[in-house]
Amino acid sequence: MMKALAREGRWIAISLGITFAVLVLSILALRQNPLTVFGLLAERLLLKPYGLGQMLYKATTLIFTGLGCALAFRCGLFNIGAEGQLYAGAFLMAVVAPHLPLPMILLIPACLAIAALGGGLWGLVPGWLKAKRGAHEVITTMMMNFIALALTNYLISAHFHEPETIHTAELPVAAYLPQLPMESSAVNASLFVAIALAFAVHYFLWSTPLGFELRAVGSNPTAAKTSGVPVDMRIFLILVLSGCLSGLAGINFILGYKHYFEQGFASGAGFMGIAVALVAKNYPIGVIFSALLFAFLSQAGLTVQSVIPRELFEILQGLVILVVVICQNKYGGAE
Amino acid sequence: MSPKKSFLAFFLVCSLGASAAAAPLKVGLVFDVGGRGDKSFNDSAFRGLERAEKELAIKKEYIEPTEAADRENALRQFASGDFDLIIGIGFIFTDDVNRVAKAFPKKHFACVDYAVDPSKTIPGNVVALKFREQESSFLGGVIAALTSKTKKVGFVGGMDVPLIHKFDAGFNAGAKWADPKVKVLVSYAGVTPEAFKDPAKGKEIALSQFDQGADVIYHASGSTGLGVFEAAREKHGLAMGVDSDQYKDAPGFVLTSITKNVDNAVYDVIKRQQAGQFKGGVIELGLKEKGVDYIYDDHNKAMIPAAARAKAEEARKLIVAKKISVPFK
Amino acid sequence: MSGLAVELRGIVKRYPRVVANDGVDLSVESGTIHALIGENGAGKSTLMKILYGMVRPDEGTLSINGKPADFSGPRDAIIAGIGMVHQHFMLVKPLSVAENVVLGSEPGASAVGTWDQDGAKAEVARLSKEYGVKVESSAVVETLSVGEEQRVEILKVLYRGAKILILDEPTAVLTPHECDELFKTLKGLRAAGSTILFISHKLKEVMSLCDAATVMRRGKTVGTKKISETSQNELAQMMIGDLEIKEKAAVPYRGEASEVLRLENVSVRGPRDELALKGVSLSLKAGEVLGVAGVEGNGQRELAEVVCGLSAAAEGRVTRGGRVGYVPEDRHHAGLMLAAAAWENMLLGRHWEPVFSTPFRLQRGAIAGYGRKIIADYDLRPPELEQEAGAFSGGNQQKIIVGREVSKDPKILVAAHPTRGVDWGASALIHQKILETKAAGAGVLLISADLDEVLSLSDRIIVLFSGRVMGEVARADAKIEKLGCWMAGVSGT
Repeated sequence: MMKALAREGRWIAISLGITFAVLVLSILALRQNPLTVFGLLAERLLLKPYGLGQMLYKATTLIFTGLGCALAFRCGLFNIGAEGQLYAGAFLMAVVAPHLPLPMILLIPACLAIAALGGGLWGLVPGWLKAKRGAHEVITTMMMNFIALALTNYLISAHFHEPETIHTAELPVAAYLPQLPMESSAVNASLFVAIALAFAVHYFLWSTPLGFELRAVGSNPTAAKTSGVPVDMRIFLILVLSGCLSGLAGINFILGYKHYFEQGFASGAGFMGIAVALVAKNYPIGVIFSALLFAFLSQAGLTVQSVIPRELFEILQGLVILVVVICQNKYGGAE
Repeated sequence: MSPKKSFLAFFLVCSLGASAAAAPLKVGLVFDVGGRGDKSFNDSAFRGLERAEKELAIKKEYIEPTEAADRENALRQFASGDFDLIIGIGFIFTDDVNRVAKAFPKKHFACVDYAVDPSKTIPGNVVALKFREQESSFLGGVIAALTSKTKKVGFVGGMDVPLIHKFDAGFNAGAKWADPKVKVLVSYAGVTPEAFKDPAKGKEIALSQFDQGADVIYHASGSTGLGVFEAAREKHGLAMGVDSDQYKDAPGFVLTSITKNVDNAVYDVIKRQQAGQFKGGVIELGLKEKGVDYIYDDHNKAMIPAAARAKAEEARKLIVAKKISVPFK
Repeated sequence: MSGLAVELRGIVKRYPRVVANDGVDLSVESGTIHALIGENGAGKSTLMKILYGMVRPDEGTLSINGKPADFSGPRDAIIAGIGMVHQHFMLVKPLSVAENVVLGSEPGASAVGTWDQDGAKAEVARLSKEYGVKVESSAVVETLSVGEEQRVEILKVLYRGAKILILDEPTAVLTPHECDELFKTLKGLRAAGSTILFISHKLKEVMSLCDAATVMRRGKTVGTKKISETSQNELAQMMIGDLEIKEKAAVPYRGEASEVLRLENVSVRGPRDELALKGVSLSLKAGEVLGVAGVEGNGQRELAEVVCGLSAAAEGRVTRGGRVGYVPEDRHHAGLMLAAAAWENMLLGRHWEPVFSTPFRLQRGAIAGYGRKIIADYDLRPPELEQEAGAFSGGNQQKIIVGREVSKDPKILVAAHPTRGVDWGASALIHQKILETKAAGAGVLLISADLDEVLSLSDRIIVLFSGRVMGEVARADAKIEKLGCWMAGVSGT
C-alpha cells in the first residue's frame, strides 16, 4: 500500500505543480503581483492562527465527507450522496441532542452515534435498493440528496427554527466540543475525531477480514461472490458505513462551532467530498491531506478576494481534480 | 540578512504599508452566500457602498463567502485588519455579527435585516438595520388593486419564511384596504433557499395565477421573479418588482417596484461613521424614513391610473401618521 | 506455388513490460494453409495484429505478395487483401446471412440508405459456391449453428476481397464434427487460391490440415517446417523448448469410495430464465475425476454454479459431502481481482479462516507464509506476492486461482476449463495439481470443452448437450467419435 502511495505521489506532485503554475499565470493575467498575493496569503492565512484555524475547520468537514466517499469508491460503489447523508446526520443530531439529559462524557458520544445513525439511514435506502432491486447508487444517492435537503429545509422552516432565524435551537453546553485555541477560529476537537477516523478506516479496510471483504467486493464483485462473499449484504453494509462517515461531518459545525443546525450550513461539502476522495485516490490517510488542500484553496479564495476573484480558486479546485483524474486514466491508478 | 529575516522584513513592510494607507475610512462588506449579482438586495447594498466610495472617499473591500462558516470568517478577517466599519448583508449574519462584535468591541458593525431577538441584547457596537417592507408592500397592494381590471391580483413569494410573510401581509392588507372586493392569490415557490433562484418555478406559478384571472402579480422572490416577468410578458399581464427598480427586466410589463433602499441605509451608516456619529442599536426604516418606497417615475407613470396613485399617496400619509397599522404576518 | 503471399522480416514490437515480438520472421507461400503455433504469450496474437494493421511494429518490414506494405490501420490491410476471422463472432443475430456479410459495404448503397438487397444475396450465394463455403444466404443468423456462424464470418472476409485469411484459434468453439466441416471449407478455399494463416496450439489439427507450420516461442520464431517433413512430437518440442513432455500418469481410480457429491434431477435456470440445466443426475466419488465434456453453453456454467451453491436449483436436490473448491471458467470475470495484489487474491474466500484472521485483524504473517507456499508449489512467476494479479500472465493468473482453491483442501473440486488460454507449462502443472487433489481423496468435476484434456484426466466422462446429460462412459471405453456425436446432440451408442 505504501508502494502504491509512493507511485501516486508523483502524479499528485505534478498536479500540484500544474495548479500552482496556473495560479501564478492567472494572477499575472489579472495584472496583480504574485508576490503581493502570496504575501497576503502568508499574512492572513498561513502565518495567522485564525486563518490556519479556519482552514483546518474547513478541512475537518471535508475529511468526514471525503472518508465517506473514499470508503464507498474503494468498495466499488459511486456513492455521491455524502451531501444528503451529512444533512440527515446533522439534522437528526441537532433535533434529538437537546432532549438528552446526559452529562458531557455520555452526551458527546451519543451525539456522534446519532449523527452516524442519521447518515447511515440515508445510506441504508440506496443500499437496500441496490442490493435488493439493483437500482444504481448514483441515481438513488443523488435522489436522497434532494430529499435530505428539501426535507431538512422544510422541517426547519415549518417546525424547528428559532424565531426570525433559519436554524434550530442551540444544543446544551454539555454537547459542545472544545474549540482549539487558534484566535477564536472555528476549528475544534472534531478535527481529532476526523483524523482518528481516517486511521480507523484505513485499519478497517487493510487490516481486518471484513474490510478485506468489502474491498474485494469493490475489486470484482463476481469474484467475491464466487468465493462465497455475500455480495448483496456487503453492498448494503458499504453504503450504510459510508453514510455513517458522511453523517458525522455535521459535528464540526454543530458540536464544535455554532451549536445548532442551520439551513445549508455546509452546502457543497458533500460534493466536495467526492473530489477529496478522488484526489486522495480513495486512500483514507490520503483524504486528510487532500481535504487540507481543498480547505486551503477555499480559505485562500476568501482571504485574497479583494485582490483576486474567488472564482479563480474554485477553478483551481476543479483543475486539481481534472489533472488527477487524467493521470489516473492515463496511467491506470489504484482503480 | 538571513533568508528568514528578510522574509520577516518583507511582511513588516507589508503591514507598515497597510497601516500607512489607513488614513481614509475603511469599510468591509460581506455578502450573503451566493448573494452578489442578484440584481436586487445584495446589489443594492453594493451600490450604497460604491456611492460612499465615490462621495465620501472611503476605501472599500468586500467578500462573498461560499459556505455558512465563512460568514464569520469573513467578518473576522475585516475586523482583525484595519477596517473601521464592517457590514453584513442579510438576517443570516445576525449571530455572526454578534460574535465578532463581542470579540472586537472597538470596531463598528452594521447588519442589514438583523433579526432582533428580544431575549438577547444587541452589542453596543452593532447597528441593526431593519426595514418595514410591509408598509411599502401595503402601497403596492393599493396600486395593484386599483390597477387591476379583473379585481384579482397575485402574490408570488420566494421561500416560505417570516421575512417574506411581511411582504405578503402588507400587500394583502393594502389591496383589501383599497378595495375590499379584490381577491388576492398567494403562492410560494418553495421551502428551501432555492426558491429564491428558480425562475422556471416563478413563471409556472405566475402563469397559473394569470390563468385564474389575476392581472397584476407582485413578487418577493429574488431571481425567481424573473420568471414572473416572463409570464407577464407572455400573457400581457402586469408584474411588480421588489427591492430594486426592476422595470428594465421587462419594460412595459413592470407596473412598479416595491423598493427597499438598502443602498441608502448602507450609505447612511457609512456617512455617520465618517462623521463620528456611529451609535449602536436598532434603526428601523419604513415609509417615514424613506427606507422603503415604490417606484413612480417617467417609465411607469403612464401605467399607474391617477386614482391608484392618489389612493397610494393617501395611504402613505396615513401610515406615516400611524393612522393605519400595517400587519407584518 | 506462386511466391510468397506474406513475408515478415525482423519484426520487433515492444510493450512497456514485455517484448512481444523480438525479431520475428515469417514467410507464407501463396495458396497454402500455414500454421502459426506456440504457447499463449509466445507472440502469435501480436504478430497477427501487426499483419492486420491493428498494431504498428517498432522495427521490421512487411511485404504482401512481394510488395512492401506499411499499414496504418486494418482498412489498409483489407485493401491489401488480408482478412481476419475473429475468434469471437461479430454478427447481428436478427439479420440474414447475406445482410451480415455485406454489412458496412452494401452493394449499390445510396445516400438515402437503400441498397441492392437482391444483388447482395446473389453475390453471397456466388461466393459461397465459388469457395465452397456452404451456408444458406437468406437464413437468419440466430438460427445457425456455431460452425455455420463461423462460415458467415469467413464469407464476410471473402466478400471484402480477402485473398489472405487469418483465422485465430478457429476450432476452440467447435464440436469435432464442426471441426471437420471447417477443415473441408478451408481446404476448399486453398483450392480456390486463397492463402490461410491458421493460428492454433492444437498440434493434431495442424498436422491434419496445414501445409507448413511456423513455431513461435517467447516472441521469437523457432523455425518453420513443412508438415510433410515433420512430426507432432518435433513441433511440440519446438513449442515448449527444452522442457520435457511428460505423459500424464493418471492415478487410477481406486474403486468404490464414498460419494462426495450427488445431484438428483437438478434443473437450473439460466440468465434468460430458461431452464439451462434440465434434470441432471450425477454422482461423484472421493478420489475420482468426472469429466464433463460438451460444447460450451450447454449448461456447464449452471452445473458448476449449482454444485458450488452459487445458484439455486429450480428443481431437484444437490447433496455435498464437504467443502467445494471452484476454478471458474472465466478467471478475469469470476476468479480474480485484477487490481488487487496476488496475496489478496490467494486469500479471497479464506479470509475468515482462523489461520488467517481474528475477527478484527488479518494475520499478515500467516497469509504471507501461505502465499509463499503457493509461489513455491506452483512456480509462480514473478514470485511477487505484492504484484497486482492483472500484471501476471494468463497462466500464472490461473495458477493463483488453482492454488487458492486446491489449498482449501476441498472435498469437491469443480474445475471449469482450467487450462483454457493457459500456456503449456502452466497447463501441465495445473493438470498435475488436479490429479494430486484427486489422489488426496477429493472428487473432481472437470468441465472442459477440450476433449484431450477430459480424456487424459478423467476416470469417467459425461457429455452435456442442451442442459441434459447425453451419455456417460468410462474413460477406458470412450471413443472420440461417440463423444463427438453426443456433443452434437446425437444420441445412440
